Amino acid sequence: MTSEQLHQIATDEAASRASRPRRLHVCVAAGCVSSNSEAVKKSLEGAVGESPLKGSCLVTGVGCMGLCSRGPLVSAEPSGILYQEVGPADADEIVRSLDGLPVARLQCSRDLPFFKRQVGVVLENSGRINPERIEDYVAAEGYAGLAQALTEMTPAQVIEQVSRSGLRGRGGAGYPTGLKWGTVAKAHGPSKYVICNADEGDPGAFMDRSVLESDPQRVLEGMIIAGYAVGASRGYIYVRAEYPLAIARLNIAIRQAKHLGLLGTQIANTEFDFDIDLRLGAGAFVCGEETALIASIEGGRGTPRPRPPYPAQAGLFGAPTLINNVETFANIPAIIRKGGDWYAGMGTERSKGTKVFALTGKINCTGLIEVPMGMSLREIIFEVGGGVPEGRKFKAVQTGGPSGGCIPEQFLDMPVDYDSLAQAGSIMGSGGMIVMDDSSCMVDVAKYFMEFCMSESCGKCIPCRAGTAQMYDLLAKISEGRATLDNLAMLEDLCDMVRHTSLCGLGQSAPNPVLSTLRYFRDEYLAHIQEKRCPAGVCAISEKEADA
Amino acid sequence: MSPATPDVKTLKIDGIDISARSDQTVLEAAREHELSIPTLCHLDGLSDVGACRLCLVEVKGTAKLLPACVTRVEEGMDVTTKSDRLLKYRRMILELLFAERNHVCSVCVANGHCDLQGLAQAHGLTHVQFPYRYPKLPVDASHNRFVVDHNRCILCTRCVRVCDEVEGAHTWDVMGRGIESMVITDLHQPWGESDTCTSCGKCVQVCPTGALFEKGRARSAAKRPDFLPYLTMMREEKR
Repeated sequence: MTSEQLHQIATDEAASRASRPRRLHVCVAAGCVSSNSEAVKKSLEGAVGESPLKGSCLVTGVGCMGLCSRGPLVSAEPSGILYQEVGPADADEIVRSLDGLPVARLQCSRDLPFFKRQVGVVLENSGRINPERIEDYVAAEGYAGLAQALTEMTPAQVIEQVSRSGLRGRGGAGYPTGLKWGTVAKAHGPSKYVICNADEGDPGAFMDRSVLESDPQRVLEGMIIAGYAVGASRGYIYVRAEYPLAIARLNIAIRQAKHLGLLGTQIANTEFDFDIDLRLGAGAFVCGEETALIASIEGGRGTPRPRPPYPAQAGLFGAPTLINNVETFANIPAIIRKGGDWYAGMGTERSKGTKVFALTGKINCTGLIEVPMGMSLREIIFEVGGGVPEGRKFKAVQTGGPSGGCIPEQFLDMPVDYDSLAQAGSIMGSGGMIVMDDSSCMVDVAKYFMEFCMSESCGKCIPCRAGTAQMYDLLAKISEGRATLDNLAMLEDLCDMVRHTSLCGLGQSAPNPVLSTLRYFRDEYLAHIQEKRCPAGVCAISEKEADA
Repeated sequence: MSPATPDVKTLKIDGIDISARSDQTVLEAAREHELSIPTLCHLDGLSDVGACRLCLVEVKGTAKLLPACVTRVEEGMDVTTKSDRLLKYRRMILELLFAERNHVCSVCVANGHCDLQGLAQAHGLTHVQFPYRYPKLPVDASHNRFVVDHNRCILCTRCVRVCDEVEGAHTWDVMGRGIESMVITDLHQPWGESDTCTSCGKCVQVCPTGALFEKGRARSAAKRPDFLPYLTMMREEKR
């Protein structure tokens, strides 16, 4: 596959589009599929087949359009009119409207801040291309970055562009991507590996799943470029088995890329060989931790090991290994195509580019968004996300999943970047944002995340294994109104110990939800303990306990 | 060519200047100089897993606490093995272990020669602040010579490693995760029905508590894990 051949595919694709100018895009990512978009698609196909537009209108499945709470979503192209909550029965009406006025009762305005304030880099193709056709991706400049890297750039130049972009790891910790690539490139070894971490497991997070379901080729391209840059010839995508649609589309994507010679030997007529295999995770949260993930790919129990040595020095099968998150890889093709400086032009001083967030919880526009780093929480939640529903009062937003924390109202004007979030006692994490209103009890929230950490602890090190269980019991005691102030002191002691002595990131960050809620909502803990009362009315404190 | 200079590092542990080979860990260097660092999962002759977290030490210039068993010595390192903070964490870790299962020393076969008990005494542990969890765990006495009492197990995985790395049988492994973890024989079959167990008894000798013991005694004899470094040395000699 050469650049000319890629160009030919793009030209052919454009010609085929010109022959069928009208298109109906139906979202076939997990959110809309679960609200029956497959049936909508079938019904639209039937309606087009019986209409005079047969032959000039194509119904096609596309990836996530973002506004998941209003699904199934259908977009009419080229006008770009968006329809929400479409049912199979609406098909005839939509098809008849193609050359006339839009169906007003189904229309969803593209002028919503939800759409207007977004900037698409990772999601630039999401909702616009068919994730099961590589031709669609190529027509959208797909693999142009790879061709450019392989034929016009040295591996060092590729790493230079990634470094200039200022991209930081999107898995949560925010390690500079260029630095990591440079380290693996310099490491010695007869073989090296590239791993894509797609073991997304934070409650309320679905960024990586959506990227894989909507634009899987993009992730492959990022990995192949990474392989070229660091000198690896083999890549693995570790994706959780709970993502069957993502797995199916990745398998299709890998097969199509191999078919076009974009994976395999002598890619783009160069000496560079690269292959990608899938490995399915069996649902252990800890396998998102890089050393546990590597142990799992090797066929062992998914438990972490002490670092150093870091995977960059000794990773998969003892070889130097580059391990990045899905979203990190998905940024790479655009960075190579448009240059590191272009990417660094977005975002803040120390957090460049854009970030994908999954908005969930008590928010009007539940779904997937991509915004420049540094946008304030207030803008994200109240403008893009449309605010808290039913006129209730915003209380806190939980970022970073079980490793993160709850950020209260006073920080709403804080810019969202790695450093500000850390300062507020949370973390960027992979991008989950759970919005809570005044009906949420913060003790209950802390208990929920501690239960998650307790059941997802691998059990290897004692602080995490036994510490999370003790902390959960204490939180349960507090929420049931049976705790004393001594119990609270014990909880804080345990938080400090588990955080500083645990073996891996899971244990080290497990106390964060407790620490951040204690920092901003201590009065709620005290109300449970001293007044035997749950201010939000969530926790069941029995009369008997309260009287005692 | 000049003979290769031995790669020696000098460092400070608890204020004492010591020298060590560059391939040694902080734990090895400390113990060579009779500076004690408590451990439970570490055992000379087995690979290190850094799981018990008792050997965590402070290293000047590093924000995180580092496990001495897997941290290599470095030139100019300044290590503290006994600070108030470390001692507090170690006591809490020991307390978590005591509270996790069922460790009643007075009725345990290993009373008097148990590593957990010894460490508790060394750290002046007189009571446990955390509520005891007392899970109801089975005792497997199906093997004709040995018994595993899961109530006494601290999941140090010494048995798993000695069986895999030294005996080569890999009869033991860990099942489940988190607080539900358990050591098992084969695919969670009764020990007596294990196809892979050679009945060598190494696991019993390396077990730091009364979880693995020999049948026929109310009080087990002191464990003898000293054979391990000897076995390792003899194997390397033969090679």
